[in-house]
Amino acid sequence: MLIDTVLFYMFAALVLGGGVLTITRRNAVHSAISLIVSLLGVAGLYLLQQAEFLFAVQIVLYVGGIMVLFLFVIMLVNLDLAAKERQFNKQWLVALAAVAAVAAEIGYFIYRGKDAFHIAEPATMALAPPALGNTEMLADTLFSEYLLPFEIASILLLVAVVGAVVMAKKRI
Amino acid sequence: MTEVPISWFLTLSAVLFVLGVAGFLFRRNIITVFMSIELMLNAVNLTFITFSYQLKRVNGHLFAFFVMVVAAAEAAVGLAIILTIFKNRGTLNIDDVDSMKN
Repeated sequence: MLIDTVLFYMFAALVLGGGVLTITRRNAVHSAISLIVSLLGVAGLYLLQQAEFLFAVQIVLYVGGIMVLFLFVIMLVNLDLAAKERQFNKQWLVALAAVAAVAAEIGYFIYRGKDAFHIAEPATMALAPPALGNTEMLADTLFSEYLLPFEIASILLLVAVVGAVVMAKKRI
Repeated sequence: MTEVPISWFLTLSAVLFVLGVAGFLFRRNIITVFMSIELMLNAVNLTFITFSYQLKRVNGHLFAFFVMVVAAAEAAVGLAIILTIFKNRGTLNIDDVDSMKN
């Protein structure tokens, strides 16, 4: 349908525009706001691909949690000095190598076309009947197949909380 | 079924990843470097979702979910490190944090 293409272009423009502004703005607050725009665009692309749960998680966790944390830290540190300094490193060689690698990758896939993706054949079977919503399907898989990674993630979050408190506090 | 081809999503996420790499390499403000990492993580997540949608499986969704969990933990610890660096050195310039070099 045409509407999907239009939506894709809209969200892609948000993503790329926000990304470019994120890495070029001098003021860190402007960078953070641009990153929020980029994250919202990515959330829209999730919705376009029927990942409703991750769409919600992206907005609640990334935009509502992580980016607010970023903005708090930016407000806590004094950035007036940093904004006046030279903003960019001289790492042209490494950057050129990275860009060349990705360009070669994209060129290869464009050259090979659809044959490059052997696994990307449209699947015939769906894991669950379509009557089941996206969130229910995710929960079923998460709490059966991925139970151990889920528990490990909870331990990781606990370690991160303790580590952040230990580092940010002056005296324990 | 959307008509947008899978390659568009993959190309978009590759370009987004390169933007993250460029920001990571070029910027000198430590907070912006950190935000570039978030950009790269999002590009990878977008790839996961794209393949998951193409293969009609939810495994990719769960991987993206775990990536988000790790990103949240990483942001909490990383921002605490940034605060500590700023408290001890009074700068956010990554070129000034080089005590292991000398």
